[in-house]
Amino acid sequence: MTRIASLAFAVALLAPQAVAAAGDPERGEDLYERRCFACHSLDANRVGPAHRGVFGRKAGGAPGYNYSPALRKSEIVWDEPALDKWLTNPQAFIPGQRMGFRLGNPDERADIIAFLKRESQK
Amino acid sequence: MNDTAILRPPAGFLAERRAFLSGVGKATLSASAVALIVGCESLAQGTSTAASDAAILNAALGLEHEGITAYQLGAESGLLQKPVLDVAVMFKNHHEEHREILIGAIRKLGGTPVAPKSKDEYARALNAASLKSQTDVLRLAARLERGAANAYIGVMPSFGERALAQVAARLVADETMHWTVLSQALGDKLPVKALAFGA
Repeated sequence: MTRIASLAFAVALLAPQAVAAAGDPERGEDLYERRCFACHSLDANRVGPAHRGVFGRKAGGAPGYNYSPALRKSEIVWDEPALDKWLTNPQAFIPGQRMGFRLGNPDERADIIAFLKRESQK
Repeated sequence: MNDTAILRPPAGFLAERRAFLSGVGKATLSASAVALIVGCESLAQGTSTAASDAAILNAALGLEHEGITAYQLGAESGLLQKPVLDVAVMFKNHHEEHREILIGAIRKLGGTPVAPKSKDEYARALNAASLKSQTDVLRLAARLERGAANAYIGVMPSFGERALAQVAARLVADETMHWTVLSQALGDKLPVKALAFGA
């Protein structure tokens, strides 16, 4: 193997696992309504915190919501990789937090993340 | 186009409706609901799994609190006419049974059941002021029921105690039943593809 190929191979191994290909915010909006609406809204704290502005925000930052200590103390900033890990298995990502909902399909996660990113820019 | 003719509560339901509208009476736990909790004899307190499961159930309890209040708001809005109002009362009663099941399970796990918020808080969060017709109320109820079914399906993999997954599955069945009735009353088409929930 040439040196360049070796380097490329090493970079590929070391690179963090990629999030599914960039999601579709339109599909994400439909998924958010069907899968997330039970607990969340964009503009109101309900069972879960409001999501307007979540993308790019430090975890535990929705005003007025009573977060778990685990989430409040985490230093997570919600970007694509963090949201992807969170939606895959919240308990594994931040032990001691209170959301048990998991979204197993990587494409669905990508779509919802794209929707949240879009809405956070409004 | 709505088809509220689909909403026909069983005979003898008027007594419960009168009690509901007068504010008297509280849904008592059915024998089957008690059995569901008692059947979870393996629930253990004091473990990290118990704490995690209790937290998940408390989120579900939050859903039920909101759903109960949503039906209460709908019934008090004056927008629901018979027989829709009677069915709303029935579904509210179902959610009250769910509430009691969850409270029982949370306590068995050594947790503290989350308290409901005020009716005003729920009304603001659900934008109740925007509801102007019976259709609006049914549409909100259908959204919440579908959401609840999907939420229960979504948390099942997270339970440490497997018995709780079956509890959740039975609650899903009720939410799906509610959604089906409401969606048909709204004239919505049934899903063409299978596996419409949890997706």
